[in-house]
Amino acid sequence: MTAPILELDNVSKTFGTGDDVVQAAQSISFGVTKGECLAIVGESGSGKSTVANMILGIYPPTSGEIHLNGSVLPSRRQLAHRRAIQLVQQNPLSSLNPKRSIGASLRLALDVHEIGAKNERADLVSALLEEVGLPADYAKRSPTALSGGQRQRVAIARALACQSQLVVLDEPTSALDVLVQARVLKLLNQLRETRNLTFVFITHDLSVVRNIASRIAVFERGRMIELGDTSTLFSNPAHPYTRRLISAVPVVTDEEAALRSALAAGLEDTN
Amino acid sequence: MKRTLAILTANPLSLLGLVLVFVVVFSAVFADFIAPFPEHAGAVVDFANFNQPPQWPYIFGTDLVGRDLFTRVIYAYRISLILGIVVLAIAVPIGVSIGLVAGYLGGRTEYVLMRLTDVFLSVPPLVLAMSIMGVLKPTLANGMLAVTVMWWPWYTRLVYNITRGEKEEGYVLAAEVIGASRLHIIFREILPNCVPAIVTKMTLDMGFVILIASSLSFLGLGVQPPTPDLGSMVADGAKYLPDSWWLTIFPGLAILVAVFGFNLIGDALRDILGAEQ
Repeated sequence: MTAPILELDNVSKTFGTGDDVVQAAQSISFGVTKGECLAIVGESGSGKSTVANMILGIYPPTSGEIHLNGSVLPSRRQLAHRRAIQLVQQNPLSSLNPKRSIGASLRLALDVHEIGAKNERADLVSALLEEVGLPADYAKRSPTALSGGQRQRVAIARALACQSQLVVLDEPTSALDVLVQARVLKLLNQLRETRNLTFVFITHDLSVVRNIASRIAVFERGRMIELGDTSTLFSNPAHPYTRRLISAVPVVTDEEAALRSALAAGLEDTN
Repeated sequence: MKRTLAILTANPLSLLGLVLVFVVVFSAVFADFIAPFPEHAGAVVDFANFNQPPQWPYIFGTDLVGRDLFTRVIYAYRISLILGIVVLAIAVPIGVSIGLVAGYLGGRTEYVLMRLTDVFLSVPPLVLAMSIMGVLKPTLANGMLAVTVMWWPWYTRLVYNITRGEKEEGYVLAAEVIGASRLHIIFREILPNCVPAIVTKMTLDMGFVILIASSLSFLGLGVQPPTPDLGSMVADGAKYLPDSWWLTIFPGLAILVAVFGFNLIGDALRDILGAEQ
C-alpha cells in the first residue's frame, strides 16, 4: 500500500454558533491513494459536499487536518495547493462564464499557474480541448453555444489544465442525460488512466460510481458510516443504511445487461 | 452588437429614440457648421433684433438681447452632452467598482461601503446637488462635480445586487479553485456579466443627467451666462410667458427631445439585453 496522496485526519466541520449549530461533518478520516477513484456517496445533507469543499479549501475544517502528499494543507491555500487539487462541478451551465470564451476560461488556469510559455498557451488550450474530445476551434466559442455534455467536457479540460494530481468530481454527471452521462464517465476513466489522476467522486447515486470507483465511502448525517471496496460494499454491505442505498439502485437483469453491452458496442464509434 | 442594432431599428419607438439621439448628438458635434450665428453662443448684443418671434433667419426667434435661439439651443446641447458624458465617465467607474467590491468581498467591507452608499441615497438628489452648488461657485465644472456625487450610488446599488447573485455562480467558484486573484474574479469574471445592465442604465441616465443639470441651472446653480444652457434659457424665458413663448418653449422642447430620445433607447436596450440573460 503506497502512502495516500490525500488524507483526512479526524476532520469535523460545524456551521453556526450557539443553539443554532449544525454538525455538517463529524470526525471524518480516510485516505485516498494515488490513481484510485474514491466515491463519496450520500443523500443531500449527508455532509459529502462539506467534505469536498474542505478538500478544495473553500472553507477550513473546524477541527482535524487535511494532508496532501504528507504535508498539512493550511486554511489559506497557496497557489501550489490550488494547482494540485481541482474541481469539476455539477452544473456545467453555471460553471463556465457565459461572457467569456471557452478558450479564455481554459487559459485562466494556465495563466494563473504560469504553465507553458505565453505564446504556447493557445496551443495548450487546443491540446486540452482535443484531449476531452472537442474540436480545437471551440476555444473561440461562447459556452452558451455548447450542449451540456460539451460544456462538462470543457469543465473537465479546465480541471486538467492545472496539471492537477487530484480532481474532486462533485456530481459531474447528474445534470446530464443518461447517454451523455455514460460518455462523460468513460472520458473521466480514460483520463484517470492516461494522466494518472486521483478522483474523489461525490454523488448521491450509487449506480453511477459502481463501474468507476475503486472504493466507496457512505455518508449519512455528517458521519462516514462505511468505507470499503466497491465489490465488497455491493456484495456485503455492513451498514443498514448502505443496504437501503444499494436496494435503491435499479436492477438490471442478465438479458438487459447483454442487450446493453451490444448497444454499447454500437455506440463506440459515435462517441 | 449588430443584432442589437437590428432590433433597435425594427421597433418604431426605439427607432424614434435613435433618430432623436442622433439629432441631438449630431447638432452638438457639428454645432459650428449648423448654427446660423455661431457668435451668438457667447456674449453678443443685437438690440435691433431683440425678442423676435420665430421668423427667417431666426427660426426659433431671438432672446432679450437679440441672440438667435436656435444657435443657442444647439450650443446648449453641446454643453449638456459634455456634462452628461463627463458625469457618467466619472460616476460609473466609481459606482461600479464599489458595488463589485462590496458585493464580492461581503462581510465588513460590504457593510461599510453599502451604508456609505445609503447615506448618499437617502438625501434627495436635487437637494444634495443644490447644497454642493450652494457651497461651491456655480461653474460648469462644479455642476459636473455636484451631479457626479449624487449619481455614483445608483450604480453601486445596481452592480452590488447583480454581484451578489453572480457570486454564487459556478464560474466564480471555478476561478477561486484555480487560484485566480480577487482582482481577476471581480473585474474579468463578474464585471462582464454586469455590463448589459450598466450600459442600459447609462443610456437612460444620459437623459436624466441632462434633465437634472437643466434643473440646477434653472434654479440658477448651474452653468452661468453667457454660456448657453437649456435650463437657464427656460428659467430666463419663464418670466416673459405667455407673450414671448418661444423663449421657453424651444429650449424646453430641446430638453424633452434629448431626455425622451435617450430614454427610448434605454428602454429598448433593457428589453434586448435583459432577454439575453
